[in-house]
Amino acid sequence: MTELGAISFGLFIIVAAVGGAAVLTWFERRVLGIWQDRYGPNRLGPLGAGQVLADMLKLLTKDDWVPPFADKPVFIFAPTAIVVAMLLGFAVVPFGPDLYVLDINIGLLFFLGMTSLAVYSVLLGGLASNNKYALLGGLRSAAQMVSYEVFMGLSLMGVVMLTGSFSLRAIVEAQRDMWFCIPQVLGLFTFMIAGIAESHRLPFDLPEAEHELTAGFHTEYGGMKFAMFMLGEYLGLILISCMITTLFFGGWLGPWLPPLLWFCIKVFILILFFILLRAAIPRPRYDQLMALGWKVMLPLTLLNLLLTGAIALWLEG
Amino acid sequence: MLKSLVSQLQTLWTILQHTLTKAETVQYPEQMPYLAPRYRGRIVLTNDPDGEERCVACNLCAVACPVDCIALQQGVKDDGRWYPEFFRINFSRCIMCGMCEEACPTNAIQLTPDFEMCEYDRTSMVYEKEHLQIEGTGKYHDYNFYRVSGLAIAGKDKGQAQNEAEPIDVKSLLP
Repeated sequence: MTELGAISFGLFIIVAAVGGAAVLTWFERRVLGIWQDRYGPNRLGPLGAGQVLADMLKLLTKDDWVPPFADKPVFIFAPTAIVVAMLLGFAVVPFGPDLYVLDINIGLLFFLGMTSLAVYSVLLGGLASNNKYALLGGLRSAAQMVSYEVFMGLSLMGVVMLTGSFSLRAIVEAQRDMWFCIPQVLGLFTFMIAGIAESHRLPFDLPEAEHELTAGFHTEYGGMKFAMFMLGEYLGLILISCMITTLFFGGWLGPWLPPLLWFCIKVFILILFFILLRAAIPRPRYDQLMALGWKVMLPLTLLNLLLTGAIALWLEG
Repeated sequence: MLKSLVSQLQTLWTILQHTLTKAETVQYPEQMPYLAPRYRGRIVLTNDPDGEERCVACNLCAVACPVDCIALQQGVKDDGRWYPEFFRINFSRCIMCGMCEEACPTNAIQLTPDFEMCEYDRTSMVYEKEHLQIEGTGKYHDYNFYRVSGLAIAGKDKGQAQNEAEPIDVKSLLP
């Protein structure tokens, strides 16, 4: 892909991702409504889709206020960081055989790095707010990060081992014969759980936890700054779905339909699954999450790594 | 651990089955719920079957009201009937408890199954007598206080009410 083409496609991805995240705020509420035997926002526009516009208008016209007791520069920086990090993460996602912004040989590491950077946003937001609830939210975020980041990276090493490359395009190409969700089922399971924790989605939305911490790390945020946090969260959801599709479900691969459509269908189904998780599973305590991360998930990923390595060697030898 | 994982998967499956169940929501403004006649909503003042207003301005409703939202002034008509000169209910205070209806000896004050009384202006929530008075008898069609009470008014002397015996002359010795 030419440089100009890559830039224009990058811009298109930014618009599409942000637009998708905005639509997702409405779509999630509708789907949650279906699963909870109610309607959700269905008043404005066809099927209530006008809710997206109304919410956007409301958030844009709100007073952009910074509390006098907050650490001002950090307070303003925090919500931008999550959006920027998440959007940069999209750069390495291959949407089709030649639909990508960047094809670097460390694509997977780039993605892991970007999602890890997004955690700073939550931490700094919680710290800069100078508010007890926000601080508790930030604290939980730190605890959560410590427990999932390790096995998140390790859970993907099986995929890398089977492919022999960190390039996401190479990983997709390596799934022509069999999607990695079958040989790497443990990796998929652990990465999915890490992904939910990474994007701070329910049931692992401990830093936010409306029922306990008012709104957790973004208690003091309002208007567009709050919208940025929400945008970041939904971008994270889309990004994680894209990554799971790429790494475990064969990315754009699929018969008959065009590659981009296959990719979108898979991502859509994964997003639906994440919303189902939100509708069904209660939130664990944060010591429970840490115990799960260290005592169950980490040994599982290591076992997966060991088995994958052994089988790879056996197949070679 | 495995047991709880199975439990979580069962939860997911149960929730997924709800994709096909119908929503419980009642789409309110388009889809009105049924409200029983005894529903406690907007308060009205009713007339007796003869078309006279039932309220005798006894003030019992105002006394019974736990939030003191009823105010009225008693007056006397030429025929001896009592009536409220003004009758005011402040619906921004009213809690629709129905105590006034229970206290009312003449069935004049009644609660109706209407609850849609939102206003943009707070003072519009104060209802005067002309807003409260209705033409009908409300829930009790036959009751007429002056026809059952012993009070004498023009056209009906003592002892002439329904189920009422002639008054006894306490100064006479005859049985």
